[in-house]
Amino acid sequence: MTAFADGSGLPGIGLVPGWLTTAAHWWGPHGLLVSLREHVVYTVVAVLVAALIALPAGLVIGHTGRGVVLVVGLANAVRAVPAFGLLLLLVVTITPKIKYTHAVSWLVSTGGVPYVVPVEIVLVILAIPPILTNTYAGVQNVDPAVRDAATGMGMRGGQVLRGVELPIALPLILSGVRSAVLQVIATATIAAYLPFLGGLGYLIFNGLPQINDPNVGYPAMLGAGIVVAALAVTADLLLLGVQRVVVSRGVSQRFRTGVAYDPNEITKRVGVSPANA
Amino acid sequence: MNALWQYFRDDQSEILGWLRTTLWLAAAPVVVGLLISLPIGWAASRFRWSYPPLVTIAGLLYTIPSIVLFLVLPGILGTGILDPVNVAVALTIYCVALLVRVVADGLSSVSDATLAAASAMGYTNRQRLFAVQLPLAVPVIGAGLRVAAVSNVSLVAVASTLGVAQLGSLFTTGYNATKHGSTPILLGLVLFIVVALAFDGAILLGLRVLTPWRRAVAAR
Repeated sequence: MTAFADGSGLPGIGLVPGWLTTAAHWWGPHGLLVSLREHVVYTVVAVLVAALIALPAGLVIGHTGRGVVLVVGLANAVRAVPAFGLLLLLVVTITPKIKYTHAVSWLVSTGGVPYVVPVEIVLVILAIPPILTNTYAGVQNVDPAVRDAATGMGMRGGQVLRGVELPIALPLILSGVRSAVLQVIATATIAAYLPFLGGLGYLIFNGLPQINDPNVGYPAMLGAGIVVAALAVTADLLLLGVQRVVVSRGVSQRFRTGVAYDPNEITKRVGVSPANA
Repeated sequence: MNALWQYFRDDQSEILGWLRTTLWLAAAPVVVGLLISLPIGWAASRFRWSYPPLVTIAGLLYTIPSIVLFLVLPGILGTGILDPVNVAVALTIYCVALLVRVVADGLSSVSDATLAAASAMGYTNRQRLFAVQLPLAVPVIGAGLRVAAVSNVSLVAVASTLGVAQLGSLFTTGYNATKHGSTPILLGLVLFIVVALAFDGAILLGLRVLTPWRRAVAAR
């Protein structure tokens, strides 16, 4: 009863475990499960689109060595732009121009399209720099001797890129994807600031004006926040697992114990130091 | 551009107040964060066994979304949800998370031969740390500091989603009262970028002052 009586701060942090373990807060139209699904959909769409743009661009830039200055400048510029400001600028300028208001069943409800487009644009803009810079850096870091050897064996430019540079750059590329995913998951929270949109941010912005309510106020906001953090950590671990599976063992140097090898010899051969493998 | 200037003049006192809060919120955490990460980073580089756990914990802290920290801290610190102190503390945590690794790597990057030479010249361990190892680590630490400072500025804006008054309030004002069109939002974006560039420039300048030998080598 008196949990919220304290005039200053926001006690009620102790109510969060109870809030999170109440079934009613997980099910229902704006429950944690629905919000979590929306959050994941916003994230996956943004990261996929960003990867479709950034991967080929990064591979070409790394392979040819052209446009590096442009990419570094662009990545730094994006870091300085506040995502929330960019989002609201897009909502004020392009949302009124989008007339399509039908529901898209897997993405948004009726009326949501004009708002989900700016959200995805902002998330894609955030996700491109880490993937792009890591991809070109990974390709560029490949030991020139390895590249020469591939050419000497008769491989053409595209074959060198696919068969040699891409596998060696893969660990760095995937670490770029991981930081992109972390940023997008964190930022997708602000989608719910807009009408018709959800995600885990919904419970946060819904609770803000009624912060003292023990059901939808501070405990709900904090509970949703904890789920966002848990989602971020889970996604990161999942991608780390993917990285272990898809990266060639010749590059990552993860060999079964008992197999004799000299790490320095392998480093020389594949041109990747243990630090960035 | 004219509309931006006009809007700025009309609301000058309020916007300048927000600007002051933003500068303070973006600068103080970087300074405090650096002061906290220096000893931790030193420990991570000095005692090898402590490097993996310290860097892992720092990396985990960095995965916590900022809006979550802004919400958790009032509950822990007993501050109000709109108190800028939450933002300052949250950003300090991010700075420490980023800088511990940078400081440790920077200190470790100084070559053993250099350190041995300093010892041979009679430097005590403490003198060697402050007069040789730390100055030589400045370029690496400075690079990390630039990243921390610039991302801090844009993180301040996230706090405006909860209603903490600072330059990000221009975004919410522009969104809620449409009579000015996109002017307040544009003005906010411009000011945020200017603040980020100013911090970046200040750190670059500081780096130049602290590493005079780099220019000496370049001039030769």
